[in-house]
Amino acid sequence: MSPRAAWRLESLGFTQVFDYVAGKADWLASGLPMEGQLADYPRAGDVARRDVPTCRLTDRIADAREQAQGSGHSSCAVTNDERVLLGRLGADALDSDPQALVEEVMESGATTIRPDEPLEAITERMRDQRVGSILVTTPDGRLVGILYRRDAEQRLKESAS
Amino acid sequence: MPTSIDRSDVQRLIEEGAQLVEVLPPTEYEEMHLPGAINIPLKSLGRETTAKLERDRPTIVY
Repeated sequence: MSPRAAWRLESLGFTQVFDYVAGKADWLASGLPMEGQLADYPRAGDVARRDVPTCRLTDRIADAREQAQGSGHSSCAVTNDERVLLGRLGADALDSDPQALVEEVMESGATTIRPDEPLEAITERMRDQRVGSILVTTPDGRLVGILYRRDAEQRLKESAS
Repeated sequence: MPTSIDRSDVQRLIEEGAQLVEVLPPTEYEEMHLPGAINIPLKSLGRETTAKLERDRPTIVY
């Protein structure tokens, strides 16, 4: 729809027309602010903790474990310099051989959600699948944070009261 | 020719004072829209509905 609108604006005499093809869905999925009737609806990105520990592919497990324990989390997100998520180290992986490399034991295809995921729906899915936490990334794979089910349930409880 | 842009371009252009136009139907706009966007549905996009916009100012459409 927007390409046609962009060309129409040019035909109307607009001299600098830019087409945001990815549009509202992309903006919202990146956790950026919105306006409107549903803008305040609780979403995953509102509750995700930004202080999730991160480690690199070539780090040793001992370092990743120290990083995780120091921040009070039980998992570590594996990212590159661009903060793109490459994998995840869960509690079991953090307890593995301290000298092993992160890339040898990480979960490569870690499940992720976008920040605009409605909180109620994702909490229900996490409950059904007995998942305690899930990583949140932007559409281009950059780490936003980690959503804990207990945080989400607490937020929904507060919203309902 | 209109220029296709990504999210970071949108953020930069907004900071530089671009005007933002959502061309989706009013119901979608009312539910949620980018901060500061105005709504001109594609079906009604024309000389009259765009009269208040500045022709020479960067204009982002989505």
